[in-house]
Amino acid sequence: MNLTLKIWRQKDAQSKGKMVDYKVTEISEHMSFLEMMDVLNEQLINSGEEPVAFDHDCREGICGMCSMYINGEAHGPDRGVTTCQLHMRMFKDGDTITIEPFRAKAFPVLKDLVVDRGAFDRIQHAGGYISVNTSGNTQDANSLPISKHAADEAMDAATCIGCGACVASCKNSSAMLFVGAKVSQYALLPQGQVEATDRVRNMVAQMDLEGFGNCTNTGACEVECPKGISLENIARMNRELLKSNF
Amino acid sequence: MSGFFKSSIGRKYAMALSAFFLMFFLLQHFAINILSVFSPDAFNEASHFMGTFWAVQYLLQPILIFGVIYHFVMGFYLEIKNKNARVVKYAKNNGAANSSWMSRNMIYSGLAILAFLVLHFIDFWLPELNTKYIQGNMSGLLADGESFRYYEELVHKFVNPIRVIAYVIAFVFLSLHLMHGFSSAFQSAGVTSMRKEKLQIFGKAYAIIIPLGFIFIAIYHHFNH
Ligand code: HEM
Ligand code: SF4
Ligand code: FES
Repeated sequence: MNLTLKIWRQKDAQSKGKMVDYKVTEISEHMSFLEMMDVLNEQLINSGEEPVAFDHDCREGICGMCSMYINGEAHGPDRGVTTCQLHMRMFKDGDTITIEPFRAKAFPVLKDLVVDRGAFDRIQHAGGYISVNTSGNTQDANSLPISKHAADEAMDAATCIGCGACVASCKNSSAMLFVGAKVSQYALLPQGQVEATDRVRNMVAQMDLEGFGNCTNTGACEVECPKGISLENIARMNRELLKSNF
Repeated sequence: MSGFFKSSIGRKYAMALSAFFLMFFLLQHFAINILSVFSPDAFNEASHFMGTFWAVQYLLQPILIFGVIYHFVMGFYLEIKNKNARVVKYAKNNGAANSSWMSRNMIYSGLAILAFLVLHFIDFWLPELNTKYIQGNMSGLLADGESFRYYEELVHKFVNPIRVIAYVIAFVFLSLHLMHGFSSAFQSAGVTSMRKEKLQIFGKAYAIIIPLGFIFIAIYHHFNH
């Protein structure tokens, strides 16, 4: 396939940045989107130009690094995939593909397609954990009976990889799907109860502090989330916050 | 608890609460208006009761006014705040791929409703306040002093086709607003998605039937005065 790429180029966090057109040729439909980007970067390096900076690590859909806004959607047009799992067969010969960084005030662009998602880390630090005594007398986790239903739901919430596609897709740049998943993953389990009150309060407070927008339930996040995290988690977070005030 | 209502989620609850009240009010308003089609007398009785009963006038009415103002002021406030949460816009954004038009344009459907409310205020509310509290006429009777004035006033308003058209347009926007708003309010209030499918259907039905009913009433009186 031969493609035209319109890519956001930005020298560093302070620069303004702009869309730049590139052409790539002989792209195989079996390639992943990132492999296509590798081809472009090789081409750029060979001609002495600066390659396009983009985040990636595992290239198998588990690290959540590969943030790209492709043709107006986080991780491109496919469903339930990250950019590294997106195949070039989703596109046609002669297509023009627009590639932008995830955009939100809370996710500042560092360079080209690389954004700083440290806001998510700070939300996690605010309460996305449980405190366990690990001094040698740790209790076996299986000694606490947990219903299959709760275990399944907690596991579903825990599959969130913190990629930020929810924020990028949301017209309000809201982080509520991410925070909802992180709150739910503990709220559903007995181990999470001890710190439940502080957790939800602190995580929501940090989320607000970081400058994310407010959810208006458009549901865009749920559709674009590579892990199929459900809006149900936002409803649960809302209940948890309400509960934490009584 | 004061921190709660300053948090993003606390505001969602407050927004949903005001919306619930508005949706309840709308239903009640419809129930009375539709009487005008079947029985002018029943409509007159109900209107007189609502217009003079103390709990409605001094309890529900202030809550309603507060609810409406809170709802649209908060709606604007959140819209501006949310817009500012993304400084650089996308060159290409495909919102239709993942969300409904209604959900992305609540502020515009809301603005249309607000414009209608201003018209409605001038049309019905101001004359009503004038009659009852400035002229001090609480009788609810026509100048002849025999029959109630409410039905006459209602029918009279829908003689003008331009007003009828404005009403129809406004209620189409209200329908669009509620298409998303109804289920959205439940989601904000933390209602779980297990019950959501039925809720969705019920919400869509409410969002179509109620505004359509108001449109029917306006058109009915336009052709039957
Ligand atoms: C006066 C003009 C109005 C404006 C400017 C307005 C604006 C808005 C906006 C911007 C939202 C989205 C905010 C959010 O979801 O957090 C919203 C939500 C909503 N509105 Fe309105 N609105 C108006 C009137 C009404 C009326 C008359 C009703 C019902 C009869 C109504 C029902 C709803 C519902 C149910 C929601 C969803 C609430 C939620 O998600 O928690 N609105 N409105
Ligand atoms: S909720 Fe989904 S889209 Fe959001 S960070 Fe987690 S995995 Fe990514
Ligand atoms: S590179 Fe790890 S999820 Fe895509």
